[in-house]
Amino acid sequence: MLTKLVNMDRRIVFILVALAVIIPMLFPISLPVSISEPTQNLYEFIDELPADSAIMLVFDYGPSSLAELNPMAKAILKQCFDKDVKVVGLTLYAVGTTMGSDLMKEIAEEKGAVNGEDYVFLGYRPGIELVILGMGTNIADIYETDFYGTPTTELPMMENITNYDQIELVVDLSSGNLTEAWITFANVQFNQQIAAGVTGVIISQMYPYLQTGQLIGLISGIAGAAEYEHLIQSHAKGTLWINVESFVHLLIIILVIIGNIAFFVQRKQEE
Amino acid sequence: MELFGIWIAAFLTLCIYSFLYKDNPFYRFAEYLFVGMTVGYGIVLSYHQGFIPFAWEPFMDVFTGESLFGLIKLIPIGIGLLFFSGLSSRHTWLIRFPSAILIGVGCGLAIPNVLRANIFEQTRGTIEPFAAINAGTLSGMEIFSAILMVIGVICTLTYFFFSVEHRGPVKWVSKIGIAFLMIGFGSAFGNTVMGRVALLIQRVDFLINDWLGSFVALF
Repeated sequence: MLTKLVNMDRRIVFILVALAVIIPMLFPISLPVSISEPTQNLYEFIDELPADSAIMLVFDYGPSSLAELNPMAKAILKQCFDKDVKVVGLTLYAVGTTMGSDLMKEIAEEKGAVNGEDYVFLGYRPGIELVILGMGTNIADIYETDFYGTPTTELPMMENITNYDQIELVVDLSSGNLTEAWITFANVQFNQQIAAGVTGVIISQMYPYLQTGQLIGLISGIAGAAEYEHLIQSHAKGTLWINVESFVHLLIIILVIIGNIAFFVQRKQEE
Repeated sequence: MELFGIWIAAFLTLCIYSFLYKDNPFYRFAEYLFVGMTVGYGIVLSYHQGFIPFAWEPFMDVFTGESLFGLIKLIPIGIGLLFFSGLSSRHTWLIRFPSAILIGVGCGLAIPNVLRANIFEQTRGTIEPFAAINAGTLSGMEIFSAILMVIGVICTLTYFFFSVEHRGPVKWVSKIGIAFLMIGFGSAFGNTVMGRVALLIQRVDFLINDWLGSFVALF
């Protein structure tokens, strides 16, 4: 029995995980969401911004990370449009360009925000450090046009936005190390306030920056996205998925415990 | 058209997950397609959003008489083209020039900022709570966290300090450092599991709601 457990075909585990995802998705239940301090801080920062102030939302991720980061982006955009906070969207990651553009359009349509007036999407420019540093002097020098070809200086929203001095906060949604580039160049060089939304893989790397105040807030993976949806009272995919995720985590914990017990008992028997 | 896109995406998703049973041609097809499309998309976008506005258009302005500023762009374009000298074994030495400039500019930009962001600020963050302890503004738990953090930093750095043999007290301090490292790795692993499971959930959501939902729409 124990030998069978230890040498169990990994495909049985895959089937169990699949069931732990499919069943709660077909029969969703609502689990309580507790808000972490870094997510709360970001929410409050944006919530306290006066109308017509501007934030920069950076889509530094591709399709392979949209499961975790799209719900965050949607929640932040909804909050900004509800609060009349202007959003300058851009990306330093080529693959994120069309995704960022589509996502901004989708939420803008839902909230009645107008391109060029309530939000702009500047698109992608290569050369990470140079783009971040260049925008500290003049955004229009780096992005002469927005993603759709309109000269940046002709966009009504950009009339009063020249550089980081008019940007209250940069929110970097990242699946890699680009948040560190924003901290290293925009925060250090221009004292720009930075917050981040990151995938589970890099959450641990971000905590030292929170502790020093280099990040004013942090949304951590799908759990953070669910927290943010809870804060803006708009429960969407993030909330649904974290409920499903809880069942998978429970299954993984059970499997780890069973696996360890079986391993140690078997070793003792062999001794 | 949207329905067609959903079916293509569903087919490719199932191709990728077929690897869970065993490696097969469908999985490889989807994998190569993904890699190829990502690279192709990146190149096209870099061309249109980088090369055209920063190099081609200013250069063309010279010929249309709009601005002579584009002439100066010949210098970086020329240096950049030297990267292609790597294709010829006789001229491959020329690649050193753009490489040297890239590394020099990169280091010049990064070193002072990285030092401040990752060394000075982190050191300040580690020490600063002790000023607050002195001022009496921290709670008991915050004081405990501040002390624990300093112990963790010292022990972990000791583990990576190889100039002294790890014997006696140094050995025990570095062992505590290992414990802190393990907790850090455990936290990173747990978060990674959360991230990977989220990817699975998103695809299953797509298959159930969008793909199977399209059957309902069809019939």
